Amino acid sequence: MQLIVSTILRRLALGLFTLLIVSFIIFGGMSLLPGDFSQAILGQAATEETVAAFRKEIGLDQPAITRYFNWVGAIFQGNLGTSFSGRSGTGQTQAREVAELIAPRLSNTLFLAGVTALISVPLAIMLGLLTALYRNSVFDRTINAATLTTIATPDFFVAYILILFFGSLWQVFPSLANVDATMSLGERLYRISLPVMTLCLVILAHMMRMTRAAIISLLASPYIEMARLSGASQREIIFKHALPNAWAPIATVVAFNLAYLVVGVVVVEVVFVYPGIGQLMVDAVTSRDIPVVQACCLIFAATYIILNLMADIIGIVTNPRLLHPR
Amino acid sequence: MTHDPNTYSAIAEAGEVLKRRSRSERVWLVLKKAPMTAWFGMVIVLSYFCVALLAPLIAPYGEAQVFAEPYAPWSVEHLLGTDQIGRDIFTRLIFGARNSMGIALITTLLSFAIGGGLGLAAAIDRRWLDQALSRCVDILMAIPSLIFALMLLSIFGSSALNLILIIAVLDSTRVFRLTRAVAVNVAVMDYVEAAALRGEGLGWIMRREILPNIMPPLVAEFGIRFCFVFLMIAALSFLGVGIQPPTADWGSMVRENASLIQFAKYDLKAAVTPLLPAAAIALLTVAVNFIVDWFLHQTSGLRDEK
Amino acid sequence: MKNNCISTEKGSLLLEMKGVRIDGHSDEAWHPIIKGVDLSLHRGEVLGLIGESGAGKSTLGKAAMGYTQPGCKLTGGSITFDGMDLTRITKAQSRALWGTRIAYVAQSAAASFNPAHKLINQTIRATNRVVNRSEPENRADAVDLYQRLQLPNPESIGERYPHQVSGGQLQRIMTAMAMSPRPDLIIFDEPTTALDVTTQVEVLSAMRAVVDEFHTAAIYITHDLAVVAQMADVIKVLRYGEEVEEAPTQKMLTEPEKPYTRSLWSVRALEKPEDPGGECILSVNNIDAAYGATKVLSNVSIQIPRGRTVSVVGESGSGKSTTARVITGLLPASKGKVMFNGEELPPSHKQRSKEQLRKIQMIYQMADTAMNPRQTVGEIIGRPLEFYLGLTGSERDARVIELLKMIELDERFFDRLPSELSGGQKQRVCIARALAAEPELIICDEVTSALDQIVQEGILKLLLKLQREFNISYLFITHDIAVVQAISDEIVVMYQGEVIEQGLKSKVLEPPYPEYTDLLLSSVPQMDPGWLTNLLEERRKSGT
Repeated sequence: MQLIVSTILRRLALGLFTLLIVSFIIFGGMSLLPGDFSQAILGQAATEETVAAFRKEIGLDQPAITRYFNWVGAIFQGNLGTSFSGRSGTGQTQAREVAELIAPRLSNTLFLAGVTALISVPLAIMLGLLTALYRNSVFDRTINAATLTTIATPDFFVAYILILFFGSLWQVFPSLANVDATMSLGERLYRISLPVMTLCLVILAHMMRMTRAAIISLLASPYIEMARLSGASQREIIFKHALPNAWAPIATVVAFNLAYLVVGVVVVEVVFVYPGIGQLMVDAVTSRDIPVVQACCLIFAATYIILNLMADIIGIVTNPRLLHPR
Repeated sequence: MTHDPNTYSAIAEAGEVLKRRSRSERVWLVLKKAPMTAWFGMVIVLSYFCVALLAPLIAPYGEAQVFAEPYAPWSVEHLLGTDQIGRDIFTRLIFGARNSMGIALITTLLSFAIGGGLGLAAAIDRRWLDQALSRCVDILMAIPSLIFALMLLSIFGSSALNLILIIAVLDSTRVFRLTRAVAVNVAVMDYVEAAALRGEGLGWIMRREILPNIMPPLVAEFGIRFCFVFLMIAALSFLGVGIQPPTADWGSMVRENASLIQFAKYDLKAAVTPLLPAAAIALLTVAVNFIVDWFLHQTSGLRDEK
Repeated sequence: MKNNCISTEKGSLLLEMKGVRIDGHSDEAWHPIIKGVDLSLHRGEVLGLIGESGAGKSTLGKAAMGYTQPGCKLTGGSITFDGMDLTRITKAQSRALWGTRIAYVAQSAAASFNPAHKLINQTIRATNRVVNRSEPENRADAVDLYQRLQLPNPESIGERYPHQVSGGQLQRIMTAMAMSPRPDLIIFDEPTTALDVTTQVEVLSAMRAVVDEFHTAAIYITHDLAVVAQMADVIKVLRYGEEVEEAPTQKMLTEPEKPYTRSLWSVRALEKPEDPGGECILSVNNIDAAYGATKVLSNVSIQIPRGRTVSVVGESGSGKSTTARVITGLLPASKGKVMFNGEELPPSHKQRSKEQLRKIQMIYQMADTAMNPRQTVGEIIGRPLEFYLGLTGSERDARVIELLKMIELDERFFDRLPSELSGGQKQRVCIARALAAEPELIICDEVTSALDQIVQEGILKLLLKLQREFNISYLFITHDIAVVQAISDEIVVMYQGEVIEQGLKSKVLEPPYPEYTDLLLSSVPQMDPGWLTNLLEERRKSGT
């Protein structure tokens, strides 16, 4: 037990350390900005005083290391800074807090990703298992060709094809996924059906192929052949012999794909004009609204790191070598 | 098959002497056995390259030539109609092949130069260089690459050069990992040790012992990375932060004409138009994937093929 | 068993295979693996299946259960087990037989136990399906079997997980698992091949005792004739998927009919007359070495006379290969000196001169990985010529062909890639590469252990011939005592990183022995079918 706890703690520490370095990189990006960007943001009409005041506000007069700690410290208090947009050259500002901008959109994105994961993860694992069990059958070959094609296809192509058929030609689902907080759950689910379908298709293809590969390599282990030679039924082989050893590889596959989902939402949100954090980030990138970009980037990176961390921890707690040390 | 041990000879041990074939003969033999999917892939990739190279000759109009009528329907003058400001879509599709593929190719090459070189160095050094590089790559890979690219583009601005540099650096992490992994597998082989014991220099070992043996996986990876880079640039352009107008590019063409899809009920041709560049992207990546699939199958079975 | 096989009446016919043909799938085509083999086995009888790698013995053994591996298919023949044709029964019917009436013991126990379950549960899983047997009963019986198999702590060892016990113990637990349902037939598939000789003796004797005790029929598959001689009543020799011959053990050992069968133990007939030699070419003086913090060699000293062979023997982990790495400079020693021709060698190969490197060459165990698969034989042998001796162009090529002839190959091999050579030819090319440098000492690291017997003999003869012609010294690392007999003048015995003794072959291989040498030498299976019985008897008497 001790070994497991220490292994998990070590992994957690590594995850935290990575997050720290990542935050440093994200912050460091800001220092790389060309010097005249304050002028660009405030517009041509900005006076020298307002520019100077702006530079002071975002702390450009302080050394980078101080700014970094201020920034990290603020994040821990839930303060992600103030958006660049809405500023004007005259010093009057309607700029909004980044946290305020992000919060509703983050929950929208989590909703979209959550629904997608709920549908695609069980489906992918089931299909992956089936294709692994009936490998080289017609069923397997068909699925294999279909997924290879899906993987090689850009996300937005899948999205627009779905829109063309379901949103435009037959109009069964809305092609714009504009949700807001006042809608009922049913209404919201209806609105996001096309984006969810798109994401599911893309994620399914990846997740299924990886599950299939993981299960096939597991079924090739000598102990599975041994179980077969001891007269175990197919059912017993899968549930008693393979499954207890399959959690770690499956967890890795799922985490990897959920992480991929995090990235996939960006494009899909833009296609369906879904008010999520991905679209916010793209808008912020276009308008070079650095604090928003930084905050979004940090959130995406943190999700990514945490998902991988969770997969590793599942791998650790299901590893018999660590569970029952010598 | 049974040998008489009394007349045992080392020469006879492997049975009949194999007929040696020249390189071109062997390549042709392998190609002849290629499956339909691989042939399909090769034909597609080849024709894409032809279109890209001969773009100015094939295209009926200029890349950024604007005509009077925006959103013109399909016609004899404008085979696939015009876009939102009146540019010929067929022309831009052809130029798009050149721009999108060119940029992706340059990016992939650069990414291999960086990742491959460092990966090889790390595999051979195995001390602090390996440690330092591997940790750096771990950190870089902890940030999803599309997100990282978006952030860097917001800092440096979207230009073709920035796009190439940023994506090449981000993608080189994956090339580094693969190169390092396969090179480490080769570097622990006895023949590399034998070369070191003979007193060979590092350069010779890298060039003559390691590189020839890691080429097949690297070539396959080049195809995979090219697809990945191509899709990433398409996604960024689609998001409006990649290749900037007036340069024709498939990703941004989809975005610019996307609203036409809504009119599918009234004019299906017009609605399909924005899907054409997307389909062009998909066709190329699928084709490359088919070739890679076959190539991997070939090289992994190389050993026992006599 | 064989000791009492004369007194025991043959039981009724249990298994009969007739004209069994099995094809395997590779390179997108089907190739025959088993080409029509007959086999019959009576109750209480042990049949030894012997053959070299690729002979199809494992495939045949599994076929005796009615099982074909994925990628293989049965194309002809019948397999009758106790009146049932295993090729015709349903999957469910086979499953009912497997694990309960026919049991299987795999080569690698470590990989064949499920890492996620306790050993006792795996031991009795199949037995629980047998009618009239209850789980508590089976558990008690398993403990009893553990006891009979001389496992330590039989009461509690079953509560452990596979990674918590040693390889030799796992192999015995797998035997207990096979024996637990009291099957009619057990297939032993190279069960001791992965073990060291001293562990092998323990496992063999335990297996034999239970098979004897319960009068179980068994098929024992191995490539080692001496091992099978201890286990089997009848021996069947396979080659290229066909039967060479079958005979009772005693007859097979003393008067085999086919020349191929004789060649299987020809290495054991080879013996080099020993010659003490004079001047010492290499001396390793009081070497200590470590991988990181783990010390692997302590105070090792070895002397090699010019033009002679010194064999280093020991089990895995004894430090024999590490000693070779220290001599070549791959692993610099932390203490002590390596003297070559009277001068001290720098500890690391990187500091040694070209001349120093040239004079000590190395030949590896796996010829496959010792040659760059992308270089032709000509390039492989030509490189040392070019690098050390400065030969180029046609001069170099001529010398390469000369060397090829020296190793009994010819110029047709010049353009070949390693993948186009057989195992023995590959090792010969490696020898030629070492020879090209015109060395004074060649270190041979288990150079014959990956090769089939008949090929081993050829390689050993070649090495002896080259030694006579060029007065080369060999440091020969091996775990195989037969090879030691065949090639060495002097022997060094190593155990846990230390030299137990060094001396002339005649001295080391004759009593009195130091304790470990005795254990090592006595554990090497002999061709005599009574060897194991006698050995156990002796050990019981002396109380070890």
